Amino acid sequence: MADRTAATIALVYPDLLGTYGDAGNATVLAARLRWRGIEAEVLTVGSGQPVPESCDVYVLGGGEDLPQVLAAQMLAKTKALHRAVQKGAAVLAVCAGLQILGESFPAPGDAEGAGAQRQNDGLGLLPCVTRRAAQPLSATRRARSTPARPPGHGLGGELWSAARRASLGALGRPRGARSLAQGRRAIGEVLVRPQGRWGNIGLLTGFENHASATELLPGAEPAGTVLAGVGNQDGTYEGVVSGRIWGTYLHGPVLARNPRLADLLLTWAVGELAPLDDSEPAALHAERASRGPSERRLLERKLQ
Amino acid sequence: MGAMEHVRARLAALAGAGLGALSRAAGQGQGSVVGGHAILALEPRALSYFSSGRKVALVSGTNGKTTTTKLLASALSAVTGSDVVTNVAGANLPTGLAVALASARPRSPAVLEVDEAWLAKVASDVRPAALVLLNLSRDQLDRNNEVRQVAERWRRTCELAGPGAAVVANADDPLVAWAAMAAPSTLWAGAGLTWKGDATGCPRCGGRVSFEKGTWRCGSCGLARPEPSIWLEAGEGGSWRAAQRAASYELGLQLPGRANAANAVMALAALLALAGESAEVSEQALAAMAAVSEVAGRYATVFWSGTRARLLLAKNPAGWAEVFDMLAPAPTPVVVAINARTADGHDPSWLWDVPFERLRGRRVVATGERRLDLAVRLHYGEVEHVSEPDLLGAITRAGPGGVDVVANYTAFHQILAALRAKRAILPRTPSALAGPAGQCASPGPGTGDLPGPSTGQFGPGTGDLPGPGTGQLPGSGQCELPGAAKATPPGTAKTASPGSGKGAGDATSSQGVTAPGPLADLRADHG
Repeated sequence: MADRTAATIALVYPDLLGTYGDAGNATVLAARLRWRGIEAEVLTVGSGQPVPESCDVYVLGGGEDLPQVLAAQMLAKTKALHRAVQKGAAVLAVCAGLQILGESFPAPGDAEGAGAQRQNDGLGLLPCVTRRAAQPLSATRRARSTPARPPGHGLGGELWSAARRASLGALGRPRGARSLAQGRRAIGEVLVRPQGRWGNIGLLTGFENHASATELLPGAEPAGTVLAGVGNQDGTYEGVVSGRIWGTYLHGPVLARNPRLADLLLTWAVGELAPLDDSEPAALHAERASRGPSERRLLERKLQ
Repeated sequence: MGAMEHVRARLAALAGAGLGALSRAAGQGQGSVVGGHAILALEPRALSYFSSGRKVALVSGTNGKTTTTKLLASALSAVTGSDVVTNVAGANLPTGLAVALASARPRSPAVLEVDEAWLAKVASDVRPAALVLLNLSRDQLDRNNEVRQVAERWRRTCELAGPGAAVVANADDPLVAWAAMAAPSTLWAGAGLTWKGDATGCPRCGGRVSFEKGTWRCGSCGLARPEPSIWLEAGEGGSWRAAQRAASYELGLQLPGRANAANAVMALAALLALAGESAEVSEQALAAMAAVSEVAGRYATVFWSGTRARLLLAKNPAGWAEVFDMLAPAPTPVVVAINARTADGHDPSWLWDVPFERLRGRRVVATGERRLDLAVRLHYGEVEHVSEPDLLGAITRAGPGGVDVVANYTAFHQILAALRAKRAILPRTPSALAGPAGQCASPGPGTGDLPGPSTGQFGPGTGDLPGPGTGQLPGSGQCELPGAAKATPPGTAKTASPGSGKGAGDATSSQGVTAPGPLADLRADHG
């Protein structure tokens, strides 16, 4: 059973990264600990407040373009999240949260696409890079708002092109997969089959709503293969996982829809867990897994 | 406008009315969608044509559009003694507006609610006498993406507002205030802001906005709450007052809650902007607003299988923040009905931004097509609940006695339709709700206050048909936002079709509304 009797969950900058109900992920984690007799506290860290370094799980959500940049700048400055990760904390980063944990992410552009070429520095905690999908990914040049990279984080420039070649995007994509077309957001239900080490947590269901495409770099694995929806960039893979950091585009919130993913993260944080009565979350998971793909197809037909 | 245009516009109106009537006869809802489609297909400038020669007030915002529109229309009718054109509750896309305007008497003033994402397009067509801007917060994010982008489009609309247009804006909502500051002149109303989840990031610079002592200010760039000339004040014993520097009026509304008092203050401010300020005008207007007892079924009390159910609508976190305070005290049971159709937004993750923990100590019945999402939310919120697939069955399970029913948009319309189909006792008939002659005239069929019987819309497994009166076009899975058309010069092929996706077979709609030309073009056309 769990090695721990108490745990803390940090909800990071929900005022900046909390547009899609992702704060619910912290609610879910805390309840699932408490119901197992483990004291759980959610520390809500508003922007401008110091980020604690000793929490067990850190939860970051999706957000709008400008707040996303502010969140990245503040986290880059404090380095508190970097230190927490070094100490072994588990991190769930959703959508904008996933993007800022990577090497770089797109600078906010206006409606006409001006500024679309610029990239902002990410935190370098997840080996991935996110670009605006409006530009063809293959033609994207490495462009950074500042040339300097934080020491000790991310890949060196000389590794960059090798990384791009080795990235999963180069593996091609299945026929019929839907990619992020010029300027169009990926919106709708997603169904994912986890692979490799997480093959045992069952299907993942969620709702995606993003305009940028994320490419994996060496050192990261996807959470799984996409059965319905777009996922990271082209309908092949979803999510970026590295160490104890789980990055995903799935809203829902993702842990409300996927109790076994919630328990995987908690296991990383506190060790083995007792079983729970999951009848209601399981019923939602089953319903979304069965209906999500057809709802997505219906939406896409309308868009064609 | 030349004779040909005149003939074409009138023919379009006739065709629209005919198709609307056919659609209603076929049990396909209120006909405002198909009728509006026909009108806009035959006369793309129908909104502009049918609004010329009349005073038009446009009411927009995330929450309170329908209620504020009804309050303002009632008040304007009482004050001017003339018929006032208004749109079918909820039919707030160009199609619904076209139907309302095309069937209205010439020169009668109009009060129209407009979908917040469509305000720019509609305002450039109708050139309103007043633009009433209520609030902006997250809603239907799968369609609107970022609420900040909606605020940016509103700001451009305010920039383009002519000197003849009164912009009446809620000074307490930073997103609204920032948009309205771009207008040549603004009448600021202090209507309050309960839920601040989308208000803490400065719309100008992204800095942190702090709220203190009834005002707000950005700590980074200094953007601050404008001084309102009329504002909402709590009176004694739970009453609400509209206060000005020189006067203060008891609102005395039948509609419950702070949010409706705020809607009344916005409506009163708009009325004063349109009709001029005087104590007499204010008192007439307040009396008319106090007479409003329900809005498209909202706030109505119905009787069903021994249960007295009050119907409330909440479709996003900001709406819920207001509804919690309208609920009868615990342990009065609550039925919560949640759908995730196009008009609701396909992503119900907003349920997690609602503090449902506040329902602890009550019996909660979760219903609607997305009751499982709601049940999981209540499960983790440790709120006692049961799930019930049948909407009316949910009311039965919550009873007997008094219950509050809170539904989101299409679920609310399904409940109304189901109650009608079962001949449940509704408070009044639609014809009784049309009101005395001269008050808030209903221009033509389909504009009755309660959505008509249209259960056919909501058979189980009907997929994603829009609800009656939603104004959503069929196939509007992802509404093309009107702002997108801005970048496209008029006359080019790429056109934003109203509310429709890019569906094949959508030729009528893409022909129907061409990209809005610059305001100057339209002005020249009318000048």
